[in-house]
Amino acid sequence: MLNASLTELSAALAGGKLSSVELTGAFINRIKSLNQKLNAFITVDEARSLAEARASDARRAQGAGRALEGIPIAHKDIFCTRGMRTTCGSRMLAEFDSPYDAHVIERFAGAGAVMLGKTNMDEFAMGSSNETSWFGPVRNPWDAGRVPGGSSGGSAAAVAARLAPGATGSDTGGSIRQPAALTGICGLKPTYGVVSRYGMIAFASSLDQGGPLAKSAADLALLMNAMAGFDARDSTSLERPAEDYGRELGLQIKGLRIGLPREYFGEGLEPEVRARVGEAVRWFESQGAKTVEITLPNTGLAVPVYYVIAPAEASSNLSRFDGLRYGHRAKEFSDLADLYRRTRAEGFGAEVKRRILIGTYVLSHGYYDAYYLQAQKIRRLVARDFKQAFGQCDLVMGPTSPGTAFALGAKAADPVQMYLNDIFTIPAPLAGLPGLSIPCGFDAAGLPVGLQIMGNHFAEARMLGAAHRYQQATDWHLRVPAGTPL
Amino acid sequence: MAWETVVGIETHAQLRTHSKIFSGASTAFGAPPNTQASAVDIALPGVLPVLNGRAVELAIRFGLAIGATIAPKSVFARKNYFYPDLPKGYQISQYELPVVLGGSLTIALPEGVKTVRITRAHLEEDAGKSLHEDFHGMSGIDLNRAGTPLLEIVTEPDLRGAKEALAYARALHALVRWIEICDGNMQEGSFRCDANVSVRKAGDDRLGTRCEIKNLNSFRFMEKAIEYEARRQIGILEAGGSITQETRLYDAERDETRSMRSKEDAQDYRYFPDPDLLPLAISEEETARIRAGMPELPAHKRERYAAQYALPSYDVMQLTESREKADYFERAAAAGAPAKLAANWLNGEIASRLNDAGLEFGAVPLPPEELARLLARIQDGTVSQKAAKDVLAQMWAGKGGADAIIEAKGLRQISDPGAIEALVDGVLAANAKQVEDYRAGKEKAFNSLVGQVMNQCRGRANPVQVNEILRRKLAR
Repeated sequence: MLNASLTELSAALAGGKLSSVELTGAFINRIKSLNQKLNAFITVDEARSLAEARASDARRAQGAGRALEGIPIAHKDIFCTRGMRTTCGSRMLAEFDSPYDAHVIERFAGAGAVMLGKTNMDEFAMGSSNETSWFGPVRNPWDAGRVPGGSSGGSAAAVAARLAPGATGSDTGGSIRQPAALTGICGLKPTYGVVSRYGMIAFASSLDQGGPLAKSAADLALLMNAMAGFDARDSTSLERPAEDYGRELGLQIKGLRIGLPREYFGEGLEPEVRARVGEAVRWFESQGAKTVEITLPNTGLAVPVYYVIAPAEASSNLSRFDGLRYGHRAKEFSDLADLYRRTRAEGFGAEVKRRILIGTYVLSHGYYDAYYLQAQKIRRLVARDFKQAFGQCDLVMGPTSPGTAFALGAKAADPVQMYLNDIFTIPAPLAGLPGLSIPCGFDAAGLPVGLQIMGNHFAEARMLGAAHRYQQATDWHLRVPAGTPL
Repeated sequence: MAWETVVGIETHAQLRTHSKIFSGASTAFGAPPNTQASAVDIALPGVLPVLNGRAVELAIRFGLAIGATIAPKSVFARKNYFYPDLPKGYQISQYELPVVLGGSLTIALPEGVKTVRITRAHLEEDAGKSLHEDFHGMSGIDLNRAGTPLLEIVTEPDLRGAKEALAYARALHALVRWIEICDGNMQEGSFRCDANVSVRKAGDDRLGTRCEIKNLNSFRFMEKAIEYEARRQIGILEAGGSITQETRLYDAERDETRSMRSKEDAQDYRYFPDPDLLPLAISEEETARIRAGMPELPAHKRERYAAQYALPSYDVMQLTESREKADYFERAAAAGAPAKLAANWLNGEIASRLNDAGLEFGAVPLPPEELARLLARIQDGTVSQKAAKDVLAQMWAGKGGADAIIEAKGLRQISDPGAIEALVDGVLAANAKQVEDYRAGKEKAFNSLVGQVMNQCRGRANPVQVNEILRRKLAR
């Protein structure tokens, strides 16, 4: 049951072989036994989850089963939830109770899903290792001495260790795909504007996008069907007809043109990651796909551009955390300026402060043109690179991350090394494009390797189709970490 | 050496929308604190702004009314600073690309009309309010006003002195109400002006260093503040000093301006385009649709009145002070009131009655058709101008229509020559001394005789006829 797909679980629930209370209870019990070790969840409310499961069973008994009826789902703690605190991994919001639900939360509730709890994350989604959380680091289920990646590290670890059959995450520069790769699961960052940002606490508004994490591409498609959709409360939400993200699961691989960007296979890529990704690409070739070498010449500029734009937006987005209306407030202060200073000094961690400082700097008078405007120009060049590439190929494939999971603390002292970990995941959000990571094998240490599949705008169904065909022929996605046996 | 005062005005006009510019909360004035602040207005984590289309429409109306360019694409930007009444830590405004560019406003001055150039007008949200009383040494924050839509209207430094600045402010105030984009209520803060003031030697074409004067919450204060500020600057310059660019606050109680902050401590607002909002695109079709729904503008009315009613420009300027007044005039004229007579009465007797009562033109208690009837009675000689004023007073008090009042009060003018001759004859017979004085060349005696005739008839005799008959009879 714990390793079953969402389709299997739905069938079992629909056939009466399983109740949502039983299913939810099983995951709750697993969380109880493993969360102390993994720290994947910040908040779990057993009574609430079981009450939702009972209500779901009652609805089903009346014949009102919906797409995800009775399926327990974990939510990244960046999505606002009424009645369960929303911390965003920060001391600033450690006790924050949102009076409203995020659009994504409403959508899952509307599809019949049961909320399993809120997962750990890098503070305000700023990090690639989940070490910046006020609630402590998340451990990688494949090796508890290693990081699960970030910022959606809690959701990734929860799915990898089978504490949840599916989870939500958010991706700004790789925060869904990189932890998915490092924990051996699947994660999709949709096209910008497909999933509403309403109620998803903003990090960098022009890049942030919610998306699902699950064991398989087919499961991601089901979760996307629930998550995606127009929301008038988000002005950047796209008004498009609803789509079935599973419609291309039977994709014909023969004739598929796969672009392999030269820049994604250069220096700095760990040999075993290169080898596993190469093997996956050869599988697609063996099925009749054609590979073409392409070039995305501005890839090397993506990280510096990202570290101008994202902190700039973040420095402004995080201004609302001033201790006046909600969230942490310093106990002692002499005047208003001191209240702001102490509240923010205490409430934010070092990485968040670093990015607020960078962002404030690049937006400052006299620096704006040199940094922010310049970065916006290069951002357009990055988008143009992809546009040209998709003239030559249907999908782009490459590694999700240059290496496998690194040891806790290994990069914490060197922000630039940490930032470079996102070199392959940052370009897609800069261009607003969808990106998917799926497991494609392991390194010698038994750590998972992720294959990244990128597509043009709105190519999610095709990307998921290609991934699904691969997963029908491989079992990497079904492997369970030895440290968290079923 | 004469000094010239140069003024530019920045006005924040609150747009007449039901809901806020980026949220669905009500903009109604006077609600208990924080009862009209939604999740978006208080900047909860995760909330996002959604632009109110009505606010955009009202901004376009303004642009069309001043002959400006409506930007096909304008951009909302974040102005970042920390303040307790600014919940997000930034104000959403427009910076590099405003919705309205250029245009002008024509104002009436004693020496003629003047065209004031408008630099730009942009959409932005208002902040909340800090309340410093009743909180035992702490401050309260009311976020009802946070997110109220504003149109900030900025002029070029085209105004010379406080009087011109005042004329501009009044004309702008009239215009925003005319096109129904702002209620103009200055007490409630719906129409707020800041003045950029500098002085220079007459004939110098370079601008002096300016100071921005804030807190001008009435026209009177605005005039006094600019006058004070110009005197202050001239005083400094004449003493050999120089002006420091700064923001100054007007203190109405002490009638002076005080330094608030200098340019050196000006904040770096770190403007950048708001990534939560798409660029605002306005199509020509939309502009055309809004143009079609616009009322006739004052400038056009002025031209039309001059041509259609042959009215002098002074009358026309006054009639078009407000849309209510112009509409009243047009209805009265349509009901048959002679245009010049109507203009005189609206700009004279009726304006002063309203002024005395502190009322606006919309508050005239009698319909224009009734006034037209009264004016027709003046025109046809039924009542004198003087008697008509008494009739108006009765009508104002709701005592009935013009004809009924004229009859009831016996105010009908005596225009029958025979009757007037009889009256005159009687007075001449009884005042032989005055007749003699008049014939001896004492003009004053004539006035006394007229007075006697009017007394006899309680003022009802047609004065023109009385004059004429009296002169004729005395000439014999």
